[in-house]
Amino acid sequence: MTLPVVEAPLAEPSLEINPELTTRWLEAFLRDEMLLRRGIGRAILGLSGGIDSALVAYLCARALGPENVYAIRMPYRTSSPSSLSDAQRIADALGINVETIDISDAVDGYLKHAPDADPRRKGNVMARMRMLVLFDQSARRNALPVGTGNKTERLMGYFTWHADDTPPVNPIGDLYKTQVWALARHLGVPKEVVDKPPSADLEANQTDESDLGITYAQADRILNLILLGYNDDAIVARGYAAPEVRLVRRRIDTTHWKRHLPTTALVSSTAINEFYLRPVDF
Amino acid sequence: MNVALVQFKPRKGDVQANLASMRSIFKQLAPGEPDLIVFPEAALTGYFLEGAVYELAVEAPVMAQRIDEQWRASGATRPCDVVVGFYENVEGTFHNSAIYVRCGDESGVHVVHVHRKMFLPTYGVFDEERFLTRGRQLSVFETAFGIASILICEDAWHAIMPTVAALKGARLIIVPSASPGRGLCGTGELESNTRWKSLLSSAAAEHGIYVLYAGLVGFEGGKGMSGGTCAFSPRGDLIASAGPLDECIVKVQLDRAEVDIARATIPLLGDLSAVLPDLWLDEEIPVTRRLEERG
Repeated sequence: MTLPVVEAPLAEPSLEINPELTTRWLEAFLRDEMLLRRGIGRAILGLSGGIDSALVAYLCARALGPENVYAIRMPYRTSSPSSLSDAQRIADALGINVETIDISDAVDGYLKHAPDADPRRKGNVMARMRMLVLFDQSARRNALPVGTGNKTERLMGYFTWHADDTPPVNPIGDLYKTQVWALARHLGVPKEVVDKPPSADLEANQTDESDLGITYAQADRILNLILLGYNDDAIVARGYAAPEVRLVRRRIDTTHWKRHLPTTALVSSTAINEFYLRPVDF
Repeated sequence: MNVALVQFKPRKGDVQANLASMRSIFKQLAPGEPDLIVFPEAALTGYFLEGAVYELAVEAPVMAQRIDEQWRASGATRPCDVVVGFYENVEGTFHNSAIYVRCGDESGVHVVHVHRKMFLPTYGVFDEERFLTRGRQLSVFETAFGIASILICEDAWHAIMPTVAALKGARLIIVPSASPGRGLCGTGELESNTRWKSLLSSAAAEHGIYVLYAGLVGFEGGKGMSGGTCAFSPRGDLIASAGPLDECIVKVQLDRAEVDIARATIPLLGDLSAVLPDLWLDEEIPVTRRLEERG
């Protein structure tokens, strides 16, 4: 006699989210952190035409009303025209306020003094210029800048420090890219925006996945296992390619500094955030 | 016994504003003549205070006085018991505590009990033991309903806590809590709230006790307190529950007979009382491990 066998698979936690619950949770986050804690009912964000800022625009419009959301398109002269039109498509769909501020003159004005700047430096200058514009526009409109960085790019260090990561609130920073896609589809972000290959659009034909050397789908699953505490061998045992696991691990381990405030020399027993500890909302 | 569980959203650090909210809630509840009103953990300050705990922690009689003043100012015409989670200053030692106070009594304010949280979560998002000292005692106390006990948040995650409370005679366990919600997959309920309900239901059903849970709501620096205020019957059934986000009041009626029936039907608590001494015995009954050892 041979009995049927029920064999437990190797545990691999799911990245699925319940989109209804996630939406309600993030709307409540925006209302509490903006209106209740900071007394600001207007949001301002850079609308790139990509999925992350599109999703944040949708969440802000739901949480605060579309009339209270200001989307700024900030193209550089090499930016893809489709980025501009996709951003317009999102703004039209939501009925939020939209304005275009071309950063080419400002960026080129500086780059005249940096003729040796390589594409990486130029990209960082553009990202920091966009943040400068966003914060100035936020003061003009008494609107709070809202961040659009997702968990995957934060963990991979795939962002410009003190640029993309500066807005004081961010509703999607604990969502992996694949979760951003799922939520964006649920909220009805236009198909053209959801389906196009993600790109920082700092250079022509650039895509995130070619920059990173791994697809988001794979990176997210590996990141999730790493954050849950699995070592590389345990992740490879679950069917992931060793070089990809090493790549993701290296990206996390070389970018911890990007997820922190600057390192400050501690010389007293009242050092801020070391001994003198107060929560951000106190 | 008429109970109101208050799912409360405090303004961080603004005790006066939170007391005003408490008074407004008392005004709403007073005409219904409640016997017991339960507020969550750290209700009048918010939960995450870090080094500001010492600025807002107060002595238990001060907290009792503040609560009693709100009850008397609400227009209530009869006394009521109120449970509130608060940061307590005991001669410069700070605790995460919950007070059970008799309000509106003609003889004055009466502190019935203070429970000091014993399990201070200090991992991940939690940092309590950095700023607070753990309580050393799990006590029970008399209420109009019968013997009760208070467990604060993680206290109730350890199965031994409701077990010990029940063994000490509790028929009612009150759980003020502040639980940052996490886990957005699955059925539409936060995974952390599903876990809570499972724990509380098991405690209620195993010991034949009512379990009342009041959760904080509102985001504190990105961490969303997940509400989920609820009550479980002594059979372990969920008798009322609230969602994860909004302030609300959950009303339940407790019936002493339900405890009696639950315990008569499934006498697990009695069984445990009988077996408990054996559980602590170190001496093993000799076990024959090999055939050759047999006589």
